[in-house]
Amino acid sequence: MFADYTWTELGSIFAMQGFAGLILFSVFVLMALGLAIIFGQMGVINMAHGEFMILGAYVTYLCSNFFQAFLPGLFSIYFFIAMALAFVAAGALGAFVEWALIRHLYKRPLDTLLATWGLSLIMQQAYRSIFGAREVGVTLPDWLLGSIALTDIIEIPINGLFVMALTLVIAVGVYFLMFKSRMGMQTRAVVQNRVMAGAVGINTEWVDRKTYALGCGIAGIAGSAFTMIGSTGPTAGQLYIVDTFLIVVFGGAASLLGTIASSFAISQAQSTMEFFLSGSMAKVLTLLTVVGILMLRPEGLFSHKIRR
Amino acid sequence: MNNKSELKGPTASRRGLILGTATAFALSAFSQIGFPSAAHADDVNTTGLAVTEDTVKVGILHSVTGTMAISETGSVQAEKLAIEQINAMGGVLGRQIEYTQEDGASDWPTFAEKAKKLLVNDKVAAVFGCWTSASRKAVLPVFEQYNGMLYYPTFYEGLEQSPNVIYTGQEATQQIIAGIDWVAKEKGAKSFYLLGSDYIWPRTSNKIARKHIEKLGLKVVGEEYYPLGHTQFNSVINKIKLKKPDVIYAIVVGGSNVAFYKQLKAAGIDMTKEKPVLLTISVTEDEIRGIGGENITGAYAAMKYFQSLDNPNNEAFVKAFKERWGDDIVIGDVTQAAYLGPWLWKAAVEKAGSFDIDKVRLASPGIELTTAPEGYVRVHENHHLWSKTRVGLAKPDGQYELVYETADLMEPDPFPEGYQ
Repeated sequence: MFADYTWTELGSIFAMQGFAGLILFSVFVLMALGLAIIFGQMGVINMAHGEFMILGAYVTYLCSNFFQAFLPGLFSIYFFIAMALAFVAAGALGAFVEWALIRHLYKRPLDTLLATWGLSLIMQQAYRSIFGAREVGVTLPDWLLGSIALTDIIEIPINGLFVMALTLVIAVGVYFLMFKSRMGMQTRAVVQNRVMAGAVGINTEWVDRKTYALGCGIAGIAGSAFTMIGSTGPTAGQLYIVDTFLIVVFGGAASLLGTIASSFAISQAQSTMEFFLSGSMAKVLTLLTVVGILMLRPEGLFSHKIRR
Repeated sequence: MNNKSELKGPTASRRGLILGTATAFALSAFSQIGFPSAAHADDVNTTGLAVTEDTVKVGILHSVTGTMAISETGSVQAEKLAIEQINAMGGVLGRQIEYTQEDGASDWPTFAEKAKKLLVNDKVAAVFGCWTSASRKAVLPVFEQYNGMLYYPTFYEGLEQSPNVIYTGQEATQQIIAGIDWVAKEKGAKSFYLLGSDYIWPRTSNKIARKHIEKLGLKVVGEEYYPLGHTQFNSVINKIKLKKPDVIYAIVVGGSNVAFYKQLKAAGIDMTKEKPVLLTISVTEDEIRGIGGENITGAYAAMKYFQSLDNPNNEAFVKAFKERWGDDIVIGDVTQAAYLGPWLWKAAVEKAGSFDIDKVRLASPGIELTTAPEGYVRVHENHHLWSKTRVGLAKPDGQYELVYETADLMEPDPFPEGYQ
């Protein structure tokens, strides 16, 4: 396969390929973080995760139209405002859904699966009714398009860099929120022992709502960022949901670090195999590997070591 | 109760017969003084279809919900427009067309169920519908069992020819061969990288493409398929960069399309440059709306229709379409093909002088449409259309600019040699 190429060419391609793997890693982390928070911390299987992402994408779409029409001077920075709004919109909807639907089902975790799946169908049809069945095109500011050419072959996509930076910021933010802040402490307390947490004065209902909203909000940001690399349509959320669950389950549901580790493992495996094999085959092999490892470690890569 | 109905039956039919005869007399009298002849319902419909003295019922069967709604909406709009226009011109054999619309909901068994409902319960005289090959394959046995007539609008992989289907889109060889000939001749292309979503249409199409490329003495340097809905193309883009093909031949569909073109552009593959040339058969103006014109500028598409075609038929069609469905609408290849369906059916019914499926089928080959927005089309013996293939260049505004069209109509060849 490589006989016809010079070493420089091969070196460049492997550098590019490594970078492609890192971009995929960032995309996976961004997709999965919101779900991992909700699934891991609350035990709720949020099948509507993809639709919360697409809510963020549609918010970005509306923002881009708004800025083009009314504030063309600020168009180059609209993306940041769109992401903030996407977080707020998806988070607010998440809080509402938690209040209206999820909190009634905490004692029946499997029913949340059905309820959130229904919610995802409702949201899809709502998008279809509001925005139309066709995909919408989100106009991006020029500085987010194109690539930086390092050499003749090595070209780094700017939107890939952007996603990587964004993922880093969000991951660090989530780390501080969950492990260094009062809210995180309360959340972890509720996860570990709900009754006890309530007894020491933590408003567990409020913590649940905030956690759910946070997960949905991060999904919104992810959706907003993915307008750079993917499609925005009523059912586009479905494109991400399988990978997202795969990552969270593989990483170990209760561990955010596990989510990151599993994103890394799956993204590297997939992008390497895609390079050497064909796309569909790479997917099959990735899934087989994941199934194999999950058979050996049903809890996923990282699990809490607690005696049950 | 039983008794009563037995008594009622013959009386009713006798009354019907008398009434019918009277009408027939009246009508034949009219026709003698130059009134458009509207034959008696029984004469033009011997198989119990939903045809009355002044109406005929047809079915529209597309997904308006689910994943495929994005693609099929345009076809529904085109079919309704054609039906309305035909009605405004006086209908078919003097009968106004009424349509029953069913939703296939992007679910293939639902398509089959709804097709059965249209044929058995509604007794429609023709169905305009389906989009994906999977939905067509699902309804095919239903149409063949209950002897219905389906007008199928999408360009597709071929390898099929049913007496109960008229294929108004191009089959694979029509779309592919002319496009590859063009890119080899005009762009001096020597090497091709074939890429597609992983299902029957892209795979069959690429098989035909590969065969033709090799016949021309050119080289295929890569062939790859990605699962439907795949959103990460960076690895394959790297491979393309390594192999440096003259042509990227892309048959990616659906949401993947958007991801593919955005990432291609982000990776610095500039399609407006001399090389590589990107040639696609899967991106119509409809898809460009989701992709964004700026992300696909410079790509070439080989198909039979572009909204920008400059001819009086198309001008009138685009104007009528926009008046009916809104100014910001775009019209892609399949939408135009869907528009042909009702017109081809009308022509066949009028040639046959009957709504009977068997007679319409016999009358269909040889039907010509000089008013088609794409220009002139003719129905082949094999139920596909003779049509021209065109190559368009994608522009930032989301439209294609016509750069080439075949001099002659391309003959449809759904069973190319070596594929059976």
